[in-house]
Amino acid sequence: MYRYDEFDHGFVKARVAEFREQVDRRLAGEITEDQFKPLRLMNGVYLQLHAYMLRVAIPYGTLNARQMRVLAHIARKYDKGYGHFTTRQNVQYNWPALADIPAILDDLASVEMHALQTSGNCIRNVTADHFAGAAADEVADPRPYAEILRQWSSVHPEFSYLPRKFKIAVTGAERDRAAIQVHDIGLHLKRNAQGELGFAVYVGGGQGRTPMIAKKIRDFLPEADLLAYTTAILRVYNLHGRRDNKYKARIKILVHETGTEELTGWVEKEFEALKDGELKLPEADIRAIETYFAPPALNVRPEGEAVVKEAQLDDRGFAAWLRRNVTTHRHPDYAAVTISLKAIGEAPGDATDAQMDAVADIAEALAFDEIRVSHEQNLILPHVARADLKTVYDRLVAIGLETANSGLVTDIIACPGLDYCALANARSISVAQDISRRFASQEKQEEIGELKLKISGCINACGHHHVGHIGILGVEKKGAELYQVTLGGSGDEHTSIGEIVGRGFGPEEIGGAIETVVETYLACRSGREETFLDTYRRLGAAPFKEALYGSEAKAA
Amino acid sequence: MKILTANRLSDGEAVWLAADHSWSEAIDAAELARDATTEERLERTGKAAFLKNEVVDVNLIDVEVVDGAIRPLRLRERIRAAGPTNRIDLGKQARPEIAVAA
Repeated sequence: MYRYDEFDHGFVKARVAEFREQVDRRLAGEITEDQFKPLRLMNGVYLQLHAYMLRVAIPYGTLNARQMRVLAHIARKYDKGYGHFTTRQNVQYNWPALADIPAILDDLASVEMHALQTSGNCIRNVTADHFAGAAADEVADPRPYAEILRQWSSVHPEFSYLPRKFKIAVTGAERDRAAIQVHDIGLHLKRNAQGELGFAVYVGGGQGRTPMIAKKIRDFLPEADLLAYTTAILRVYNLHGRRDNKYKARIKILVHETGTEELTGWVEKEFEALKDGELKLPEADIRAIETYFAPPALNVRPEGEAVVKEAQLDDRGFAAWLRRNVTTHRHPDYAAVTISLKAIGEAPGDATDAQMDAVADIAEALAFDEIRVSHEQNLILPHVARADLKTVYDRLVAIGLETANSGLVTDIIACPGLDYCALANARSISVAQDISRRFASQEKQEEIGELKLKISGCINACGHHHVGHIGILGVEKKGAELYQVTLGGSGDEHTSIGEIVGRGFGPEEIGGAIETVVETYLACRSGREETFLDTYRRLGAAPFKEALYGSEAKAA
Repeated sequence: MKILTANRLSDGEAVWLAADHSWSEAIDAAELARDATTEERLERTGKAAFLKNEVVDVNLIDVEVVDGAIRPLRLRERIRAAGPTNRIDLGKQARPEIAVAA
């Protein structure tokens, strides 16, 4: 993984010192809240319902054991013994005191981490495929490019006061696991006919109150032009993006209002002026960054097959985990492991300090010291020898992280919602817990098959409900929580925005409504191999409406 | 009926303005405003505390009194008064010295 050089260390340290002074001055009353708020947000500090919240950046979701142990230490020492992994591959602490935050940032800096640009109208943490460097279907590792973008975008003087926040995602495989089409810029790393690396460039995707699927504005951008082209897009956005209305300020609105063709013309014109200048990436620099992400030496471990086969027969829990949470690796003797943070009835994405420490230990001993955070709020061990899978599983059992539900109905994405968040209108976690308990049976979940259920507690859509096969949006109506259900969304290479199925449901009804939707799918599917999403795409909303609303639907 | 709430500057703790002008960590100690004059007085006190950098995010919120206990009308405020509903071991609800209205 990337290692800080002297400049990086000095830069992060200086920022912590600066923020420490700002916090001191605020606590001493020397600066007002209005002056302080933008400063704290630039350092990832929010104010929520019960306390401050600190959002820590995990660049492209990549961590090593040492870093994970510091995250555990922060949870233990400064928070309440847990952290919340987010849909942007970051981690949030829900209870830090303002006075402690500079000390937390010091601890983070000691392991090359920070909380910069996790808030504010700037370029946020660049996200990437959580199986980067490991996936069998990968063309190339997207993380070197994410790192180049991170370095370029960190306190970029021109792009620190954009009309609104800006999110970039990169994938290196045809199968999109980074949801690039619902980002401000989505980059699909691929090879052209000549075998050269470059990107398909998507612009103007996003969720929130106006969900939009990104438009492809370049089919192949040579890798050397990454920064010049990205700068061209940001420049067009910075100049033309709306600043009069925060709800219309994202680049998706600019793309929509301008039209893809015209906007592409503006970008290409800007790019023409930039492409042969200082932003052109020297081949040597790209390759140098790439070396930081060189895969570990994966020795041949052919005994894995036999070990796994035997263990499967002995242990049904392990067999289920193997079916669900183990992904094909590019090396046949290895696998990528998903550690589900979605135990039945638990808050999605939460991990205790002890669990974080234990995952760090496992990663160090059995997974080449590599951990990833997925945007689906799980942890990943990208390189595990198949021969070690049972040992990893047994160690996960010991800390309650062996839930075999990756990609199943209980692998729910949920934002913190009204239990914590100052922006939320309704709770998300309690709905996730209710649904998780209703579908607790492993057999039932596997019978249902792949089903992505995503819950947001407000229209900002941190819980990605628009791209859930089943999406749930919590709103407040007449002082009470109400949950709207959307169906048919998807955040992969065939991205679609879910459609609202009908009137919303109260907090007591929503779990039952989801059961009805799932039962309807089971009754309508052509066979086990037809997933929920495929069934919905074949049949549309009608059978689900009928099941949910009956005669009411007919009358409408 | 209304009460005045805020978050304490130093640690973000949810607090309510009590009759003695202190900021209480328990909603039950909040001073109730039953008329516009009292509401204005609470707001003035809150504004002064904000300017003195004691609290941030100062708001008047609607409440009712149920069986002698103050209960906010909005769920958001009931959760602020108690803590996360999925973690009853956290927040004010986990502190025996604080009576929780939610």
